[in-house]
Amino acid sequence: METYYNPADLAKFGEIGEGAPELWKKFSEWYGEVFKEGALSEREKSLIALAVAHAIQCPYCIDAYSQDSLAKGADLEQMTEAVHVASAIRGGASLVHGVQMKNINEKMTM
Amino acid sequence: MEARHKSMKAFGESLADVNEQLKIINQPGDFPFFDEKYKETGEEELKAGKIEIFQMNLGKMCNQVCKHCHVDAGPDRKEIMTKETMQLCLEVLSKTDIPTVDLTGGAPEMNPNFKWFVDEVRKLNKHVMVRSNLTILVTNGFEDYADFMANHEVEIVSSLPYYRASYTDKQRGEGVFEKSISAIKKLNELGYAKEGSGLTFNLVYNPVGAFLPPSQTGLEKDYKRELKNKFDVEFNSLFTITNMPISRYLDYLIASGNYESYMNKLVNSFNPAAALNVMCKNTLSIGWDGYLYDCDFNQMLEMRVNHGAPKHIRDFEISMLEGRKIVTGQHCYGCTAGAGSSCGGATA
Repeated sequence: METYYNPADLAKFGEIGEGAPELWKKFSEWYGEVFKEGALSEREKSLIALAVAHAIQCPYCIDAYSQDSLAKGADLEQMTEAVHVASAIRGGASLVHGVQMKNINEKMTM
Repeated sequence: MEARHKSMKAFGESLADVNEQLKIINQPGDFPFFDEKYKETGEEELKAGKIEIFQMNLGKMCNQVCKHCHVDAGPDRKEIMTKETMQLCLEVLSKTDIPTVDLTGGAPEMNPNFKWFVDEVRKLNKHVMVRSNLTILVTNGFEDYADFMANHEVEIVSSLPYYRASYTDKQRGEGVFEKSISAIKKLNELGYAKEGSGLTFNLVYNPVGAFLPPSQTGLEKDYKRELKNKFDVEFNSLFTITNMPISRYLDYLIASGNYESYMNKLVNSFNPAAALNVMCKNTLSIGWDGYLYDCDFNQMLEMRVNHGAPKHIRDFEISMLEGRKIVTGQHCYGCTAGAGSSCGGATA
């Protein structure tokens, strides 16, 4: 079945550099630096990436950072909690807009 | 994957046969031959140097049946090193300046002559390391072994694949984590991992699945913090070890459909710097029956030392073993991937 997402495409990510090699080079270097151990450990950064991957619902990123989180020393509980954090922010982001709805309700109704 | 209660050998599984394993991992054409790849280090061939570690497999019997065990150890395994073979090892040790004796298994403590042997090796002033699975130290009949090892200043190296129960029990069996923590508390009480005690206790991490280990230093920080905060236990260093695609782990890789991608990962992560420090360069592995191997993994694949080196401990001749050419196979990629892997952890 044809789909927009193909798991094999993940490995072709680097090919995106063909159209703009300099930009790809800068992106790759910056990306590499971002994920190096710093004030946050590599495991923590990978879990943040996993959470963001779920928030933006990127199948490539979910695949890559589920594997990467394991390889950086996370376990299922930590990964699940990270996904819950993403879900809570997404859910909360929807819910907090309810304040706008309430404001309008207050203005428009008696 | 279901928990195991017996070895693959007990069930007559095809992968219990080393020839079946070798057929799979040495399939021609799939990956470059390790010997060829090794040349990227700048060395023409992999050769042993001075023997610093005399690693003995005291037997394949074990109280645990871990899912990834490269020994296919378990309570049903009867292969045990005899006192006569141990005596031959003592003779060799007394005539050489090899500083460290590394005892492994199975559970080495289950060898009936374990205490006698440790006592004799210590009399020779050699450093003794025991690869203890921890649960044996809190098992009926073995409760005094931790004291014995402390009294003999034995270094203890133990697997704990995660700092929480879930992944540890997944790999090593239900309840193993809790028992391991009890054993570590006992070791800490005896002075292990306590400053100034001189008693060293190291932990080993190996991945609970088809992936490579994370950075050893980063993970050690996590282990130290979590084990101290949640269980109030301590250890000295963490060694990260890559799972070798042999025996039960090979079985897991094939059954889970991860074999090809795992081998690709190992080969693509070949690191010349890690390869230059592989453990076979300073280790001699002695099988339960006295045969000699370049490493514990070769031992389990029954690939004895070769290229003119004496094959049995009774024929030990250090001049013919130091400088020997190492016997290799495609499984050797397991020691050279990423930060490298050895019985002492990362190599690069």
